Amino acid sequence: MEVVDEGSDGRVARVSLLRTPLFEAHRAAGARLVEFAGWEMPVQYEGIMAEHAMVRERAGLFDVSHMGQVEVRGPRALERLQWVTANDVSLLADGRAQYSLLLAPDGGIVDDIIIYRQQADRFLVCVNASNREADVAHMREHCAGADLVDRSDEFALLALQGPRATEVLGELTDTELSEVSSFAFVDATVAGVSCLAARTGYTGEDGWELYCSAASGPALWAAILDAGRDQGVGPAGLGARDTLRLEAALPLYGHELSLEVQPFEARLGWVVKLDKGDSIASAALRQARERGPERKLVGIEVPKGGIARQDHALLDGDRRIGTVTSGTRSPSLGKAIGLGYVEPQLSRVGSEIAVEIRGRKVPARVVALPFYRRPD
Amino acid sequence: MEFPDDLKYSKEHEWVLVEENVATIGISAFAEHQLGDVVFVELPATGDEVAKDEAMGVVESVKAVSDVYSPVSGEVVEVNDDLPENTELVNDDPYGDGWMVKIEMTDPTDLDDLMDCEEYQKFCAETSG
Repeated sequence: MEVVDEGSDGRVARVSLLRTPLFEAHRAAGARLVEFAGWEMPVQYEGIMAEHAMVRERAGLFDVSHMGQVEVRGPRALERLQWVTANDVSLLADGRAQYSLLLAPDGGIVDDIIIYRQQADRFLVCVNASNREADVAHMREHCAGADLVDRSDEFALLALQGPRATEVLGELTDTELSEVSSFAFVDATVAGVSCLAARTGYTGEDGWELYCSAASGPALWAAILDAGRDQGVGPAGLGARDTLRLEAALPLYGHELSLEVQPFEARLGWVVKLDKGDSIASAALRQARERGPERKLVGIEVPKGGIARQDHALLDGDRRIGTVTSGTRSPSLGKAIGLGYVEPQLSRVGSEIAVEIRGRKVPARVVALPFYRRPD
Repeated sequence: MEFPDDLKYSKEHEWVLVEENVATIGISAFAEHQLGDVVFVELPATGDEVAKDEAMGVVESVKAVSDVYSPVSGEVVEVNDDLPENTELVNDDPYGDGWMVKIEMTDPTDLDDLMDCEEYQKFCAETSG
């Protein structure tokens, strides 16, 4: 696929997109392919609604090989990661993973990441595809003294998510998966393929993210789909991934998170561990915490009259109070939901506000997050 | 994909069924397929004046928002009131129960700009190619 990129001089360039090791499998499955962060990715196979329901009720397999992986090694790896990220990396043991943020000196969010501690002096950092280059540059600048290797191209990354994920994967490995807790990971052989198998995900369901070599990605993909077929498990695209993560109120970089957003505004105060010692943004974040946020991320519901979408204005009467960052019709709940930033005094659950949809003021309400929580 | 040969089609992927002076309008199978599962439909009201090639409504899928353009000028004389509550009709039966509006045309020569079934299929093949 080519993307037509119109430059500021009006000249049109055709840009080839990157493809994951599973590209041919997607094409063979009849996926609809779209551009995402410079990659040609499957947005859907059967349809977003069907794939969304499949993940909630059974399980779905996602190709997220476009995501980046940066290895941080050496005697100063821990110290440098502590410096550049928000969470306390020293809390990690071998085989444990942590959600965190790469921060700029002013507290802005460079990326949201997962850090896997493989050994005391070896960490794998999983980053968003859209930020990979910026992240690597940022880490090179602020992690001097640690060995940094961008290993993104070496990996395929498959995510099997949903209530049947562990059962389906269990058929393909001798590893006792039930002993691996949430945000833990193990080295496992799945369908003959060596993997880092992590109990993490981005859908609000139980599930696994499997890092394997790029070359063995297609075999692993096919084996999981074979094992899951009887259970109603199939491939799921980025469209369903987006509706699933939004229902679970998981932020997406470029929507809820950016360099202009600070963690306390984005409901990510729990990630910020200021007591771990000085770090790149600790001075800015201490100030920000004392001052209190100027805006807060909230969940909104639009009972009728339209669907709130990214960039729609949020209003209190006729006064602009914020902006929608993500919005869709929730397939699980059957109503329009969204995330957005509003002034703190209107962030309380139950606040009656409005969203401007195509020039019309449509009533909306601030609701508790997440929109969807999986049954115990 | 089905393209009934008794309909005319616009470049914006609406179909038009002409009965005397009234045009029934919906979106084509190509359009609903491109959109994916339709989850919201906004239509004009009966009595509204609409102008050729201007947006008269909106269809939204989970991911995308798309305007519905009127292929003809005239007055809306009937609206498919079932659609807002049953948006899946647009996907399940785009040329039948998924119809959107009926417009009493002010200028039947508006129809001259539309494609027949064969031309439209060619147009879709080029668009998706």
